[in-house]
Amino acid sequence: MPKPEDFAILFDTSYCTGCRACQVGCKQWNDLPATETQNTGSYDPLTLSAHTWLKMSFFEGLDKEGEVYWDFVRTSCMHCSDAACVDACPTGAMNYRPGGVVTVDQDWCIGCRNCVQACPYDAVHYDEEKGVVQKCTLCYDRVANGLEPACVKACPTGALRFGRYAELRAAAEKRVRALKADGFSEANLYGLKEMGGTHVIYVLLRHPSTYDLPLNPKTQKEKVAVGWLSAGIAAATLGGLSWIIARREELSGGES
Amino acid sequence: MTEVLYRAPGSDKWEKKDLDWMLEQIARRIKETRDETWQANDGNGQTLNRTEAIAFLGGSSNGNEECYMFVKFARALGLSYIEHQARICHSSTVPALGESFGRGAMTNHPIDFKNADVILVEGGNPAEQHPLTFHWIMEAKKRGAKLIVVDPRFNRTAARADIFAQIRVGTDIAFMGGLIHYILENQLYDEYYVKNYTNASFLIHPDFKTATDLDGVFSGFKPIESSGDSYQEGVYDRSTWTYQLDEEGYVKRDPTLKDPHTVFQLLKKQYSRYDLKTVSDITGIPVKKLEKIYATYASTGKSGRAGTITYAMGATQHSYGTQHIRGYAIVQLLLGNIGVAGGGVNALRGHSNVQGSTDHAILFHIMPGYMPVPKAHQQNLEAYLAESTPKRLLPNAPNWWENLPKYFVSQLKAWWPKIDPKISYHYLAKLAPHKDGKPDASTDFSHHALLHAALDGVLKGMIVVGQNPAMSAANVHMARKALDSLEWMVVLDPFETETAAHWKRPEVKPEDVKTEVFFIPTPVWAEKSGSITNTGLWAQWYEKAAEAPEGTVDEMYFFTKLVEKLKELYENEGGAFPDPILHLSWPEYSENQAEAWAKEINGFDLTTGKQVASFTQLKDDGTTAAGNWLYSGSWTEAGNMMARRDSRTDHPAGIGIYPNWAWCWPVNRRIRYNRASVWFDTGQPRDEKRWVIRWNPEKKWEGDVPDGGWPPGTVLPFIMKPDGVGHIFAVKLKDGPFPEHYEPWESLVLNPLGHQHDPLCKVWRMKDLDKYGDPEEYPIIATTYRLTEHWHTGMMSRNVPWLLELQPDPFVEIGSDLAKSMGIESGDWVLVESARGAVEAVAIVTPRLQPMNIEDKKGVRTVHQVGLPWHWGYMGGGARPNSAGNALTPSVHDPNALIPETKAMLVRLKKLNKPPKKIDLNYKRLSPEERLRLAEEL
Repeated sequence: MPKPEDFAILFDTSYCTGCRACQVGCKQWNDLPATETQNTGSYDPLTLSAHTWLKMSFFEGLDKEGEVYWDFVRTSCMHCSDAACVDACPTGAMNYRPGGVVTVDQDWCIGCRNCVQACPYDAVHYDEEKGVVQKCTLCYDRVANGLEPACVKACPTGALRFGRYAELRAAAEKRVRALKADGFSEANLYGLKEMGGTHVIYVLLRHPSTYDLPLNPKTQKEKVAVGWLSAGIAAATLGGLSWIIARREELSGGES
Repeated sequence: MTEVLYRAPGSDKWEKKDLDWMLEQIARRIKETRDETWQANDGNGQTLNRTEAIAFLGGSSNGNEECYMFVKFARALGLSYIEHQARICHSSTVPALGESFGRGAMTNHPIDFKNADVILVEGGNPAEQHPLTFHWIMEAKKRGAKLIVVDPRFNRTAARADIFAQIRVGTDIAFMGGLIHYILENQLYDEYYVKNYTNASFLIHPDFKTATDLDGVFSGFKPIESSGDSYQEGVYDRSTWTYQLDEEGYVKRDPTLKDPHTVFQLLKKQYSRYDLKTVSDITGIPVKKLEKIYATYASTGKSGRAGTITYAMGATQHSYGTQHIRGYAIVQLLLGNIGVAGGGVNALRGHSNVQGSTDHAILFHIMPGYMPVPKAHQQNLEAYLAESTPKRLLPNAPNWWENLPKYFVSQLKAWWPKIDPKISYHYLAKLAPHKDGKPDASTDFSHHALLHAALDGVLKGMIVVGQNPAMSAANVHMARKALDSLEWMVVLDPFETETAAHWKRPEVKPEDVKTEVFFIPTPVWAEKSGSITNTGLWAQWYEKAAEAPEGTVDEMYFFTKLVEKLKELYENEGGAFPDPILHLSWPEYSENQAEAWAKEINGFDLTTGKQVASFTQLKDDGTTAAGNWLYSGSWTEAGNMMARRDSRTDHPAGIGIYPNWAWCWPVNRRIRYNRASVWFDTGQPRDEKRWVIRWNPEKKWEGDVPDGGWPPGTVLPFIMKPDGVGHIFAVKLKDGPFPEHYEPWESLVLNPLGHQHDPLCKVWRMKDLDKYGDPEEYPIIATTYRLTEHWHTGMMSRNVPWLLELQPDPFVEIGSDLAKSMGIESGDWVLVESARGAVEAVAIVTPRLQPMNIEDKKGVRTVHQVGLPWHWGYMGGGARPNSAGNALTPSVHDPNALIPETKAMLVRLKKLNKPPKKIDLNYKRLSPEERLRLAEEL
């Protein structure tokens, strides 16, 4: 579970207008290049990649009353408390930082891409040029200096908020209650139970499946419980199992 | 762009040139063209002092100081064609709100949305076009406010609405007429407000007839013969659209509102036909939804509740755009929503400084500060002032425009300080019909008349600053041909626009285009200092944040040097009427020239040299000078008020006016007409929670700056109007005192209410260029819009890769049913064709556009609407041939504002087999290696 004083982002679909200032803010702060895209029949030509760490996904359709809806949902790293990417990382490059933020230390990343496979949110991507993986850092360089993440800074409507976990979780719960009272019977919170509790909490207007969010994402431990042997062998073949264990212990020691 | 470039007539390339050479050439072209085409008089003894052969275009992305400088330059040369983006964007807002309330601009300001209980967005899309404004709409929603969105398409504002209604394109007057009908029928209006603060009780000429009486037209309609390149069905003799006056010249009233000639009774009659069923048949909005919206919005007529209406191009860009906005104004007056916090008719403006550029009047028909341009029959200053200064129609109406002589004379003194205003009055070109009836016999010198004048060979040269008519004009194929017809053109822009490079476009051969083009690369706003005025009329000073790239030429430097060059030429060589140029005052160029302009705009006392503190210090005796009276108070002896940045001090009621942040016209008043928010006799607020002003026990007004400082119980609240009240009945509009529903020029529907089109709308009809489609050939309704990811013609966004990757290609949104019936799937490329042109675009098939059931004289039918953005062109990032949305739009115009009907047209769709090619015609500086490689290839 995230600690009450951990960093957190609250994303509220009921405030989001899909303007994507957050995406541009992310690219600008992190100096990420644009991709050459093509409109294939939607407003949403990008996919997450080593150069796109955050994107809004667009969902439209007709609700039960036959009224049109158009919702925009943040797609990026959720900064899980039980992060599958961290568990899958053989070198400890992917790890928890103070405040619950999950980032990859590029000096230690060996480009094995286990984390890419492990992430249930498709948030980690391999950078062919640099030979390492890349993902949202929750603007660790900004938040460690008392600033909010670039995406939050850019948001004009308050759909993205940054703060301490306990405070934002309370705000999110209050918001869901208000939405339900306002007629959004499906309004719900996402990220409380998933992956040990995520540091990004979503206020959703509709059921998470409407937005292609994984319903019961598995942590690495849950997966390993079934296939620990094969995982162990895979890690061993990557070489230096003992070194890896030592490195992990060193890091977790450093954390505590 | 960072190089000064020249394109010789017929050439296929740019040549790098020296700035001094360019200035010399441009000054020569201006002088030669001006001298050859000078019209000293009209041949009937009336002085004109004008040329119709040179145009000035653009400025809404420039600062106030630059805009003011452009106007001073253009007027001093005696140009007739002085236009910019405001004409094609919000020009219909100005007469609509000016006539209704007295000032033709947003009544409140963006932060004030947070105070509203109901927000009606109709013909706008603030979540996408004004995202920061939308922040305040969300703040209101957090308090429990309801957001209603009425639009032809479910857009990203609709995504966050409490109620959304899909409306058929161009039927907003029917929708608002229905709301007026609903309010009157259910007696939901604010009776105190209607009786005291509007002209509802005024008696109108007994012979006046509403459109209900006369099958869709008002009394006084006369058909006319059209001439030249334009068509208009008729005109109105407006002699019955007048108030009944008593012996003293004051308006007769019936406070009971019962007399059949009162505005109130006439209003009832006019909208008696707009019942729910009729409105539903016209608009396509189901009756149940109409009722829900009407009940929600009309609830703001109760005391203690406030409703705001906000809109943009969806309302303005119609052949009856002015009347659309009048509909909003009438509703707001009935509900008592003008002058209050959380109320208003709030035009959201689309360019960074289009409010400021409008205030400074880069428009053919007004002078800075909304004073009329002198007309040919006003042959001296006295005649102009006598006709332009209105007379008071009620004893307690302040009639502020009585002060016009002070403002006008001070403006003349700001431009020609050493000349007697009686003489410098003649330095201004007079507004008179086009010579030889080209392009038509009217006095229309607006954007489309300008283009047609070029096609007719009357207009020979043009200076374009930061505008891109090859993309933004309605019917761009016509506009591009107009650019081809010019002899010379000067373009100042940070980018190589489609306009600058019109000779490169795929459909022409460069050798056939004889236009000589001078390109001056300019810095962007962050590389200069100055002020811009936001949509809420706040003038905010900005400091230069970065050095401009080497090679760019700042507009102030360019125009200062050009004026110096012209003065030198006229001094040495003489020429047509050199006096206005020779005597024109112009500050010397320096890094801080913007400050000098700002001080001149504010105004100063010519005897003491001191800055005036407000326009109350301006005089009509020639002892004060002020470039624009509305901005008097922006740079006083206390310094630059626009640079103030106190973001903490708010109004005591917390309504978000932050009076010490920047400066707001007029006199830093944040909510216009705020005297209408208090009880007339006591000056106490009618809404105590969200009070704006109040008369305190010390016998002083507190809160916002009151709209007129007189004590309570003395004057009426709409101080700019000669009758002091808000106008439910309009006396000055050309096409009707009340809005009446008409169909767009191109429409699938026969108007069930009577007359098909606005009988005064102006339709250009130049052979082969201004064509119109009929429903049989073009059976689908189309509209155009912008996206949040792109900016207008795309120069400032398609050239930013981070934005281009979000919306890389032109597209058309098609409803699922229509797409299915045509075998079109999302991602297919389709050809969208109107009678004027075609666009190749990606299909986005979506439930956000639903088929609509319409009933008219032809019976009940299902109609389909499609929509497309207009950001793509043949230059810059994402360039493609046949991608400009404005290739489809018609050359049809609103009679009051001459805004084109770019929001409604008929099209047909055709599936394409493959995507069109991307093109790259952009100017590139070659590295030495690239040059070598190219040379080898050749």
